[in-house]
Amino acid sequence: MSIEVTNPAHPSRPDWRWHLGVAAFVTLWWLVYHQLIPVSEWVTSFFPIDRHSHTGEAIAFFFYDVPKVMMLLTLIVFVMGVVRSYFSPEKTRALLSGKRQGVGNVLSAGLGVLTPFCSCSAVPLFIGFVSVGVPLGVTFSFLIAAPMINEVALVLLFGLVGWQVAVTYLVFGLAIAIVAGFVIGKLRLEGWLQDWVRDIHSGANATASLTEEHLSVVDRYKLGIEAVREIFGKVWLWIIVGIAMGALIHGYVPEDLMVQIMGADAWWSVPVAVVMGIPLYTNAAGVIPIVEALLGKGAALGTVLAFMMSVIALSLPEMIILKQVLTLRLIAVFVGVVGTGILAVGFLFNLIF
Amino acid sequence: MKTVKVFGPGCNRCETTVQLVKDAAARLGIDVDVEKVTDAKSIAMAGVMSTPGISVDGKLVHAGGLPDVVKLENWLAA
Repeated sequence: MSIEVTNPAHPSRPDWRWHLGVAAFVTLWWLVYHQLIPVSEWVTSFFPIDRHSHTGEAIAFFFYDVPKVMMLLTLIVFVMGVVRSYFSPEKTRALLSGKRQGVGNVLSAGLGVLTPFCSCSAVPLFIGFVSVGVPLGVTFSFLIAAPMINEVALVLLFGLVGWQVAVTYLVFGLAIAIVAGFVIGKLRLEGWLQDWVRDIHSGANATASLTEEHLSVVDRYKLGIEAVREIFGKVWLWIIVGIAMGALIHGYVPEDLMVQIMGADAWWSVPVAVVMGIPLYTNAAGVIPIVEALLGKGAALGTVLAFMMSVIALSLPEMIILKQVLTLRLIAVFVGVVGTGILAVGFLFNLIF
Repeated sequence: MKTVKVFGPGCNRCETTVQLVKDAAARLGIDVDVEKVTDAKSIAMAGVMSTPGISVDGKLVHAGGLPDVVKLENWLAA
């Protein structure tokens, strides 16, 4: 048997080239980003239509927003990829195990944002947390914050709607994760886990401890690039479709209609938005461009925010995954508590703004 | 013959990981038996919290994200 070790595709380059490369990329990014408006107007001018017609508006909107959002995403996802390389579910679990309710919920929601998380490993992660004594409520704070507050949602809100709304989403998303986890913890529902999960809990299975891998800065850059590739692979189509829909709403939907259906005066619009959001399952990328257009047409901020949070945090497929570890009763409580939080945020915002 | 388990519910990255393991083993000329573990309970029991995870002859060597090719060869060769 011959042992043949081929070199990896990229021979290792010296570190300074990587730093230089990243610096050059950020500079180039900055220069291009500030040229987007003239470029989009230039592209729009090629279409044989009046720039100020409905169609003209819609086309300009599309050609400005798509590159803008793509560029913002590239940069932020890269940065978050590098930041996340300093965190891991194992480290987070060690930090959270044995933490009490309250402080634990706050810490857990914060770590939920920073720890690398994929909804496909929600179940192993849930068990991993609970089996070493992370309280149920604290675990829930993590599981609510992790998908709801993600860089894709924040970038799209920032890029399309404005930084104020992005910050608001971040703050109230965290608040919902903290409070909902705290409430679930107080209800003491450990008995409502599926039986086999409780057995692991009491048996505290010997968790294999992975040896901590040492990562160089270049390794972290590579992880950042990997994150950009992965997220783009998942969301690019959603973004284009979402922005195209947004452009149509922008150009064609009459304003009075929106104000009637989704304006602040229609109190029932918030609960309807939350309920509608549950079966809808798209990621933030598809919803937010539509949200932006709705806001522009006079939909109330609270209603729209509630809809978005519901789509992202309360999804049917995720509940089906969680059914493996939670009983239906516990899932119902989860939806009830988180849904109430989202409702509260929706009403609050419609009152304030 | 080494037994390699790839832990993951069947997302894209898990499939890619299986392929990476097979490729690396072929390059090294090591005989491996690659088993996919897709059941959430078994994944959790193995101590994997973020998928895909990899174990070689019962020892967990990796969890979360695609494995680095060089590291993967080291685990297999060890």
